[in-house]
Amino acid sequence: MEQAPPDPERQLQPAPLEPLGCPDAGLGAAVGKEAAGAGEEDSGVDTMTHNNFWLKKIEISVSEAEKRTGRNAMNMQETYTAYLIETRSVEHTDGQSVLTDSLWRRYSEFELLRNYLLVYYPHIVVPPLPEKRAEFVWHKLSADNMDPDFVERRRIGLENFLLRIASHPILCRDKIFYLFLTQEGNWKETVNETGFQLKADSRLKALNATFRVKNPDKRFTDLKHYSDELQSVISHLLRVRARVADRLYGVYKVHGNYGRVFSEWSAIEKEMGDGLQSAGHHMDVYASSIDDILEDEEHYADQLKEYLFYAEALTVRTFSLKGMTTKLFGQETPEQREARIKVLEEQINEGEQQLKSKNLEGREFVKNAWADIERFKEQKNRDLKEALISYAVMQISMCKKGIQVWTNAKECFSKM
Amino acid sequence: MGTLGGAGLAAAVAASRARTLGMEGERRASQARSSGLPAGGADGDSQGGSAPFPGSSGSSALLQAEVLDLDEDEDDLEVFSKDASLMDMNSFSPMMPTSPLSMINQIKFEDEPDLKDLFITVDEPESHVTTIETFITYRIITKTSRGEFDSSEFEVRRRYQDFLWLKGKLEEAHPTLIIPPLPEKFIVKGMVERFNDDFIETRRKALHKFLNRIADHPTLTFNEDFKIFLTAQAWELSSHKKQGPGLLSRMGQTVRAVASSMRGVKNRPEEFMEMNNFIELFSQKINLIDKISQRIYKEEREYFDEMKEYGPIHILWSASEEDLVDTLKDVASCIDRCCKATEKRMSGLSEALLPVVHEYVLYSEMLMGVMKRRDQIQAELDSKVEALTYKKIDTDLLPEEIGKLEDKVECANNALKADWERWKQNMQNDIKLAFTDMAEENIHYYEQCLATWESFLTSQTNLHLEETSEDKP
Repeated sequence: MEQAPPDPERQLQPAPLEPLGCPDAGLGAAVGKEAAGAGEEDSGVDTMTHNNFWLKKIEISVSEAEKRTGRNAMNMQETYTAYLIETRSVEHTDGQSVLTDSLWRRYSEFELLRNYLLVYYPHIVVPPLPEKRAEFVWHKLSADNMDPDFVERRRIGLENFLLRIASHPILCRDKIFYLFLTQEGNWKETVNETGFQLKADSRLKALNATFRVKNPDKRFTDLKHYSDELQSVISHLLRVRARVADRLYGVYKVHGNYGRVFSEWSAIEKEMGDGLQSAGHHMDVYASSIDDILEDEEHYADQLKEYLFYAEALTVRTFSLKGMTTKLFGQETPEQREARIKVLEEQINEGEQQLKSKNLEGREFVKNAWADIERFKEQKNRDLKEALISYAVMQISMCKKGIQVWTNAKECFSKM
Repeated sequence: MGTLGGAGLAAAVAASRARTLGMEGERRASQARSSGLPAGGADGDSQGGSAPFPGSSGSSALLQAEVLDLDEDEDDLEVFSKDASLMDMNSFSPMMPTSPLSMINQIKFEDEPDLKDLFITVDEPESHVTTIETFITYRIITKTSRGEFDSSEFEVRRRYQDFLWLKGKLEEAHPTLIIPPLPEKFIVKGMVERFNDDFIETRRKALHKFLNRIADHPTLTFNEDFKIFLTAQAWELSSHKKQGPGLLSRMGQTVRAVASSMRGVKNRPEEFMEMNNFIELFSQKINLIDKISQRIYKEEREYFDEMKEYGPIHILWSASEEDLVDTLKDVASCIDRCCKATEKRMSGLSEALLPVVHEYVLYSEMLMGVMKRRDQIQAELDSKVEALTYKKIDTDLLPEEIGKLEDKVECANNALKADWERWKQNMQNDIKLAFTDMAEENIHYYEQCLATWESFLTSQTNLHLEETSEDKP
């Protein structure tokens, strides 16, 4: 799991494993917050400590989000959200944490980091980013990127993203990642200087050549099928969940109307008045309780979405040429894509010939890739199980609230 | 329920008492049976069939004497009509005074089930097709221990038209009593076919309610047309329907009614102003509540429809997962169980709450009609008084007419007041019960869902404990 990528890639290797100018040999990362995937860093840390004699741990948090205005590349004014990333180092002995770095980043910089990692670690399942635009939205939930709830959920998603990288045994040692956390200015330039966009092209060639040898590893075929299915089923689930949420919202909110009408009615009733009035109040409480309930459920949906994006990334990675190019270079027209693919396919055929002589490296690559996939699978099983359990916990909480409100209402009704 | 206001209702109560006594002897029965309400005058309260007493109207003089004797005992007895002809609008029923004994006893009527002696069910809707039309009849079974019924059990078939006829007759006979509402003729929105199953079932239940409410009403229960409705064979009913005030007299009434309503009500007494205000506000609120309740049902139904799809997705998912199969399947089954619980909640709502609220929507329309009729009766009096004051025509006859009208107004007012109290009491009980039931349905729903998810959690925790204990070396 610790092996450096094989030879053909060496020219494309990321910066030296040891981060520049930092006394600690490696950054073993501990999860600072209870964000998802709390389990896996332990194995990472253990192997870390095994290889490093500096036992520094860091905590990363995306603690704030702020609306900013600035000028974009075309000198037009734009509004965007910036996120504050704070890094703390934790003393092993006494557990106290000290703020070592804090800087602001926007979503596009996270995207840049991820794209870089995708190119330089093709054998690693790179964690996905939270969605750029709100999808699977149920009607009352805002699809507006500036909506505070959306921003908040995105903040959590970005934090989760960083924590996943920090707890990955290989990714956490990447210099560019380190600089992302520590070097506010010039970071973009530094990333671009690695020339990773250019290398993406030849990477693609090499990558797909590996997988298109005469007898592809059955495991990868299975993986592709699995990731397709996972993508499809999670999308379906999220869509239906959004519709269910919409309906549930409707049920709760309509009850709020009772509150108003009962109150007006109570004015003309002598004996029933009090009961009606107080029952109406409970109807209002019931109606307003749905907002928090559904907000919590959004977090559950986010957990599922993460794995949807993981699955999408897996699908792309294993076989989809088209997807890869789109992700790195933006949307192309179908014709452009077709042309590009034709070119690449020709190059691949050439590459295939070349690779025959490099089978050993190829096998090494596959072995490493598969190791990371195993790691990913275990993480996925843990996380999804936890998510499903947390869903049950949410339902239980919703039921308890419901019982309480209706018991109160019943009492008021019976006193009428 | 509180004690019934108004001597009339007390009389009705007494009548029920007396009725049991009446079983012993016809004569006692005839005396004991009361007109039910002090407004025996204007309303011409019809009585439970007195087949044994065809010539009773002839004994009105005798009856009057008895009535007058009782005047000093109860103030509200003053409103008993002095003129038998005004009392009887229904050609089939003579007016009966209350017995002294029964007048003194004021009992709670509706709350005593052992006094209920008329049981009606409406069921078995059946479609009939003729060359001209298609219609539905409902089977009506009546079981009774009342003497005035020829038998103790009756089975007849009636169609909606017949119910309409009955309601019309009751309104005619008792213009200021609160007649129970009938379900609507058609439901305008969303109805493709008149004879859709849900529609028929809802209507059947409402018709059942309608007849039982009449049976429970202290006055209406003795109405002759009601009895005929419950007992007559089809041809008998048809021929009976053809009798009664002719078209012309009915038209005359309508013309007078329109004329007086156009004049407006100048002297509506304070209490009726209050009543009217209440009715208007109540009508607004109950209509809103009806809309809200229907909407809730609709939303719950749509929620249920979406939920049905939600569980199976988890099963689908479990097919591609190895480690998560059990968890996913368990989640799916929890969702399905909650789905069933939702269905049950919905049906509870549609049984307990919706029909009750809707009935009171219809009641509120009825009430407005009752207020109008009361106002009309008063307007008749007012116009005559006006005529007396200004026109001075036929001054000899007018005072007598006015006297009758004054009685009529007083009877109408008292009938309404008494029935109003009764109606309000019923309304409070019914609304209270309906909403309490709704709350109960919701509590039950959430309790079921809670149990489902809690047992899921427990099983997951147990599994986890098993796994971790297995992992330990």
